[in-house]
Order: sequence, then C-alpha cells, then structure tokens
Amino acid sequence: MITVSHARKAFGEFRALDDVSLDIPEGSLTALLGPSGSGKSTLLRAIAGLDDLDSGVVMIGGADVTRVVPQKRGIGFVFQHYAAFKHMTVRDNIAFGLSIRHRPKAEIQRRVDELLQVVGLEVFQNRYPAQLSGGQRQRMALARALAVDPKVLLLDEPFGALDAKVRADLRAWLRRLHDEVHVTTVLVTHDQEEALDVADRIALLHQGRIEQVGSPDDLYDRPANGFVMSFLGSVSRLGDQLVRPHDIVLQRSTGADRDGVRATVTRIVRLGFEVRVELRDDAGGEFTAQLTRGDVDALSLREGDAVLARTVRPSPVADTPPADAPAPELGAELVDEVRVAVAH
Amino acid sequence: MRLSTGARLTARTVVLVYLGVLVALPVAVILWRSFGEGIGAFVASITTPAAISAFNLSLLIVAIVVPVNVVFGITVALALVRGRFPGRAALQAVVDLPFAVSPIVVGVALILLWGVGGWFGGVEALGFRVIFGLPGMVLATIFVTMPFVVREVEPVLHEIGEEQEQAAATLGASGWQTFWRITLPAIRWGLTYGIVLTVARSLGEFGAVIMVSSGFPGVSQTLTLLVHGRYLDDHNTFGAYSAATLLMGMAIVALALMTLLDRKRSTR
Repeated sequence: MITVSHARKAFGEFRALDDVSLDIPEGSLTALLGPSGSGKSTLLRAIAGLDDLDSGVVMIGGADVTRVVPQKRGIGFVFQHYAAFKHMTVRDNIAFGLSIRHRPKAEIQRRVDELLQVVGLEVFQNRYPAQLSGGQRQRMALARALAVDPKVLLLDEPFGALDAKVRADLRAWLRRLHDEVHVTTVLVTHDQEEALDVADRIALLHQGRIEQVGSPDDLYDRPANGFVMSFLGSVSRLGDQLVRPHDIVLQRSTGADRDGVRATVTRIVRLGFEVRVELRDDAGGEFTAQLTRGDVDALSLREGDAVLARTVRPSPVADTPPADAPAPELGAELVDEVRVAVAH
Repeated sequence: MRLSTGARLTARTVVLVYLGVLVALPVAVILWRSFGEGIGAFVASITTPAAISAFNLSLLIVAIVVPVNVVFGITVALALVRGRFPGRAALQAVVDLPFAVSPIVVGVALILLWGVGGWFGGVEALGFRVIFGLPGMVLATIFVTMPFVVREVEPVLHEIGEEQEQAAATLGASGWQTFWRITLPAIRWGLTYGIVLTVARSLGEFGAVIMVSSGFPGVSQTLTLLVHGRYLDDHNTFGAYSAATLLMGMAIVALALMTLLDRKRSTR
C-alpha cells in the first residue's frame, strides 16, 4: 500500500504536483496516466525518493518514507531508458542489488538463475547490455529491480522507448508477471491504450492534479469530466453532449423528427468491420459516429444523406468540457481522427 | 569533397613534408646523435649517477602528481557535472587557467608564495623547504597538469548521465558503493586518458620546474632539467641528446599505452 498525501512540487513557476493525494492498494497494478507535463513522472519519482517533495507525505506499507533515502524505501525502479549498468554482464546487472548487500554467493546465484528464467534471458546472461535489444534490456532491468524483493515496483514509461510490437509483447508479459508475483506496481505512461490494457487501476493526472482514480472501466464508462472522457478513448460532440462515437446510432431522417440531432453524412470510411461515418450537424458542427458494416449497409448510407443522430447512452459527463479541453498528447490517433474529420 | 589527382598528390606531399620537417626530422636527428657513437655509449650516458637520479626524480614526481590529480580531478569533474552550486562557472574558468598561463609564470608565482619572504615563506623556517626542494617541483607540476583529468572525465560523466547512479541507489547502493561500482568503471577510459596525459606532461614539464628547482645534478634535476643542464652548463651535447632520447622513449611508452587502451575501448 502506497499513500501519497497533499504532495506539492514546483520547478520554478511550473507546478509539477499541485496538492496530489493518492492511495495505491496493496498488490494492485496502478497506472499513472496523463499527458506530458501532467506530473505523473514527478509523482513516481517522489514515491521512489529520487525527487524530493516541496511538501506532502509519502507512505509505503504504513511507514512514512518522506524523508527516507531511495536506498531504504524497499522499492524497485525501472527507467524508460533502462539505466543498464553498461560495464556489467546481464548476470551481474541482475545480481547487483544482492551483491552490494553481501548476500552469500550461493543465494545470489540461485536468485539470479531464477530471475533469468522469469525474464527469459538465460541464453544472454553473459552478454553486455550493448549486445541486447531494447526489449531484452528492459526485461533485464525488471529482473534487476525484482532481485531485491521490493515492496513496490515503480516503472517510469518502461515501454516508451520500444517499438510497437515489442511494447505490446512486454505489456502482456508484465501483466502475467504481475499476476504471478503480486508486487504492488505503479506504472507511468502517457499511452491510454497501455493503461487500459495493463493496469487494474488508473490515476489520470492533468496539470499536476489528479482528475480521476478508478478501474479502467470506471474511467472509460463513468469519466468524472470532459478531460477524462476525451483522454481515454475517442469522443464526439453530439449537439451539446460529449459521447463516444460507438454510442451514436443513425436513422434515416424523416420529416417528423423526434429527439435527435439532424446531420448530413460528409464521408464514410470503411475500416473492415468498423465503419467511421463523418457528419455535419445543421449548426455546422462536425462529429464522427462509429458503426458496424451491417448498420451502414442496412441504412444503405451514402455521402450526402440526411440522417438523425442520437446516442444510445446519455453522456456520462455532466458538464460540457471547456472549448479548449486539452487533447491527449499521444495515443491520440482517435482524437486525430476527430481533427481529420474537422479538416474534411 | 572530391579532389583531382593532382590536388590530392599535392595535399599529400604538403602534409608529409610538414610532418617530416616539424616532427620526424628533429626526432631522427636526436636518435641519430644519441646512437651515433654506438649503443654502449648511449647506455653509459644514461646510467651516470646524475642521469639515474634525474630519472628517479622524474618518476617520483609523476608518482606523487598522478594520485593527487586523480582524486582532485574526479572530485572537481563530479562537482562540475553533478553539482548545483553558485560559482560553478568560476570553477570552470579556474580549471582551464593552467592551460592559459605560461609555466614560467607558475614558477614565479610559486616563488612569490612559498619562497623566502613570500606569504607562506614561513614554512621554510620550520625546516620545510618548498622552493628549491621537491615540494616546489611537485606543486609546479600539479599546477600545470591539473586540468587533464578534469577535462577528460567531465564529458564522460555528462555522457553517462545520472540514471545508472539513480538505479544503483534504488537497488540499495550507498554513495560510495555507487561510486566504486558504477561511476568509476563508467569513467575509467576518460580517467585513463587523463592519467596518461598527466604522466606525459609531468615528465616533460620544464618551465615551471626550472624556476623552483635548485638544479643540482644528482639531487634536484629532473630529466628535462638534466637535458638542459648537460647542454647549456656542461656543453655535453651527446649527454643531452641521450637524456632527451630517454625522455622521448618514456613519452612513447605512455603514448603506446594510450593507443593500446584506446583500441581496447573501441572494441567494447
């Protein structure tokens, strides 16, 4: 269990953490998600003791560690760029934490063998980090952090420097590892898909504050505000409501229209099973609906058609977001779609 | 850029002649003069008591200067790269000062400071002779070689960054453990390079040392002072050439060592 209370940290004028309080339950895999500059890395480094807080308290396992050096916090930390000890072999890298604790040789050997197997690097144990791929280096870094049996495992954008395929593999692997080891894990990421995929809890940060904490479903289905909703997944503005594009249904527009938004189809993009329909409402607002191929075919929808759009689910966000609601920085193909739609 | 054959040949000739006249020719002349009277005469000339004493004194100075510069150099480099303190820019400038100041000025300054009537001249009354003694020569050599280790280690520290050290800290390593196991191995090539430069310059230093040495053959002559003394005072040109060859031989050993280490570094 990690508890952060009223954490504040400023770099000059910039408030990296602005009164952040957060509980991270024992055994969970929590993602600190947010755009760059949201304070998520600062929060993680404060938990690790690598950065000091201006004020606030950090507790790990019930003990106040705010003034405790990183060495004594019982943490494992994994850096985005691996921080591999370049002059040591994979084996020596993993053994480092045990070796400086002067554990018996036999015990070190046994533990390192075990971890090499867990991360699948047995064959590479005598190589130097420079002879490994990025994914292998990061697995080595994970094994190194796990070797000292940390109470909490802290990962700072661990997959950020890897290419998409390796990232997806490692993500799945981390999830399985966590299911086996059960060490409380905190993962910093700017990638909403990564957070939804791997974490059982997400804390969404924005401008040094926590916008919402909850399960991935909580944040996706019951976002606390427009920022949360637009950061996790794509959004469309239907009339004065923010809704998910896949919650929009279209009907052929008939004269005596009931409730719904009248719109014109501007473009139909077939993405295999999924079809993206771009529309413009009568007020000139552009939005996107996500339909299945079957729906579109049943309506025999064509560009230029007049339709009636409504949502099958009321907007989860009570207040409409400010017009300048910040878009997610990356992981934002979906938002880009909205932008593309506007551009058309 | 592509050069015509004529231009290429001209460029090559210019470079070869330039290097030949400025470097190869003087070296060859000294070697020729040293060994002109046979290897026996050369050996005899560099094994006189004065020559052996000079050789030992030069090595003694190197043996004192190198550890001092290593400790100081690493400390200053760490402070410059990792430190956040006022006056860092000033420290940067001070480190380069020995490069800018003529060695002879260093010698004069040391006399003003430590000589009779100098600010710290009082130590001489306590029986501790700085000027015209070994401490003076060591101080002069430390001054002129001070920047080498700092300037070689500093860029390496920049390059490796702080993440490895932070990772070591999160794994439980104390500051000392991190330094010995992570930082030092990471900077070892830069440090080696700095040491080799320090050794070469310590052996070769003349201007600062001649000011603060009493220059007695067999007592307070380093190899460079021996070359100078034999040539100017004793009119023993052959002896000067032999001593110069010995000095050059030591420098070549240092250079070869550096090249060897460089090659080893690039295979990593």
